[in-house]
Amino acid sequence: MSIYINKDTKVITQGITGKTGQFHTEKCQEYANGKNCFVAGVNPKKAGEKIFDIPIFGSVKEAAKQTGATVSVIYVPPAGAADAIWEACEAELDLAICITEGIPVRDMLIVRNKMKAKEAAGGKKTLLLGPNCPGLITPDEIKIGIMPGHIHRKGRIGVVSRSGTLTYEAVAQLTEIGLGQSSAVGIGGDPINGLKHIDVMRAFNDDPDTDAVIMIGEIGGPDEAEAAMWCKANMKKPIVGFIAGVTAPAGKRMGHAGALISGGADTADAKLAVMEECGFKVTRNPSEMAKLLKAML
Amino acid sequence: MKIHEYQGKELLRKFGVTVPRGIPCFSVDEAVKAAEELGGSVWVVKAQIHAGGRGKGGGVKVAKSLAEVKTYAGQILGMQLKTHQTGPEGQKVNRLLVEEGADIKKEYYVAALTDRASQKVAMMASSEGGMDIEEVAHATPEKIIKIFVEPSAGLTDAQANELANGIGVPAGSLAQAVDALKKLYTCYMETDASLAEINPLILEGNGNIKALDAKFNFDSNALYRHPEIVAYRDLDEEDADEIEASKFDLAYISLDGNIGCLVNGAGLAMATMDTIKLFGAEPANFLDVGGGATTEKVTEAFKIMLKNPKVKGILVNIFGGIMKCDTIANGVVSAARETHLSVPLVVRMKGTNEDLGKKILAESGLPIITADSMAEAATKIVAAVK
Repeated sequence: MSIYINKDTKVITQGITGKTGQFHTEKCQEYANGKNCFVAGVNPKKAGEKIFDIPIFGSVKEAAKQTGATVSVIYVPPAGAADAIWEACEAELDLAICITEGIPVRDMLIVRNKMKAKEAAGGKKTLLLGPNCPGLITPDEIKIGIMPGHIHRKGRIGVVSRSGTLTYEAVAQLTEIGLGQSSAVGIGGDPINGLKHIDVMRAFNDDPDTDAVIMIGEIGGPDEAEAAMWCKANMKKPIVGFIAGVTAPAGKRMGHAGALISGGADTADAKLAVMEECGFKVTRNPSEMAKLLKAML
Repeated sequence: MKIHEYQGKELLRKFGVTVPRGIPCFSVDEAVKAAEELGGSVWVVKAQIHAGGRGKGGGVKVAKSLAEVKTYAGQILGMQLKTHQTGPEGQKVNRLLVEEGADIKKEYYVAALTDRASQKVAMMASSEGGMDIEEVAHATPEKIIKIFVEPSAGLTDAQANELANGIGVPAGSLAQAVDALKKLYTCYMETDASLAEINPLILEGNGNIKALDAKFNFDSNALYRHPEIVAYRDLDEEDADEIEASKFDLAYISLDGNIGCLVNGAGLAMATMDTIKLFGAEPANFLDVGGGATTEKVTEAFKIMLKNPKVKGILVNIFGGIMKCDTIANGVVSAARETHLSVPLVVRMKGTNEDLGKKILAESGLPIITADSMAEAATKIVAAVK
């Protein structure tokens, strides 16, 4: 098993006709069972056409109805990306994965609150991964996103991170020492996003085919600390933790008032301390994440 | 993106928040003329730089005559204003704001910002205006009130009342304070701000509510739809190298150490900086070349790093995913040649076409040191600069 997606998942690509969408759809099709997984694209102006043998539909709803797809991946440019996320929600998909980088925060704020209101009113909950993320992969089954497929190996370690290349770093270290991955999930670097560390840790905890997890975070925001607290009470599997940004200058990326809200607990040092207290094996040396994990198995 | 106080007040005024009458000035003569035009008998001469803490640094003076306006304007214009936010070298003052004086009876703090945890806009208010809000949060956190706003509903009357009452606005001025809070929220949302802060919001002797300061940050992802905000940009307030880097779509932040680093991806870039520190040195910069690095971008990145005289060595750390290691290797070789690189260079490459990349580096004839892991790369560059 794996989390969120597997070889039988059917995927719609929103923004399939753009340069990025085309490039990565082709790579995803080439990976493992990709040919059978990527079943539809969306572009209202090109409905009825095909790209790489994938039929294009006028809307996500139509694509889902015709193909039975339950997941979408979004490469739509920033100005229209939040609307694309909402379209996936209205089509009642299980999961929308938004790769797009540079979406205005206000747009994400509005769409996230709309999604929560829909759920609160009893509507279907569509999970959102991202935005500004590399996507997720279940090695040797399916890759949805922009990560390099060839560095992954099938196995029993989960990886979750905000950063794309740092996820690849952890995956490559694992593969190099002979540990494969159950799933690797990039949750994205934006302040307002969908799935958080805590959600992904919960999924890994419930997954019988995941034995241990590498959780990678960054400075800013309360998410890693919240996940750590949850893990302390619930997680049954060993975790290695790393937080990037010990050397990052304060206030360069987020204003002081932003840190105020989280009580100033969003520095790398503060997060590392919380994670350690919650039973993670933390490291300040990102080169030894996989080695540390192996020692815990 | 940050803007000046007088620009922030222009925005507030546009959205209906009462601010003092004031005129931005670029010379002493303009400052005196501005004071004459404003009339009255008390003026405030305020340095316009983006950093906070201007008052404590001597950048804000109350003048009681036109002669004093002239004296203070002369003192402040051109000074290197040092505050806790400028760093030890300070920031040169090129602009002033001359304002009418205000009859301050009480100072409050109000702000709007985006809260990651609740995914809502947080409106914050405090009775302890006029001072550093971080100190208030530290010493008396109970004196800061926060309310979370549902974007579809906006800041409701009930919420604004709760804030205004909570910070002790007297009954006779409540309606004005509620109005100011609601307009601050609207301004925050409509301008795509990431922070809108009024500190202090004042109660005047006559019961009026007025914004005496204005501090804004804007979401850089949304600037494409706000040409009116982009027009406020003041390049004098930004790091010249960071501006140069942004022209080539490079994310660059200068730091205090002596090891330049060039990395793809923000998370990996921070992890690389952390590793350099872990092995005993300090990074000279943060530099993310992004996903689509070309030979030209790598060369520009080298030029920007090498402009910094403190740089005694360079560490390149690339995880080739979509970006191929051989492309980066060609970029590094041509950048090293073009810049006549004279400091040690360590390159760590991983991922797609790794072997091809290493071969290009080895055959270049340049004294490039290679490494397999981040830790090894950091160890080697730290040893090389010692």
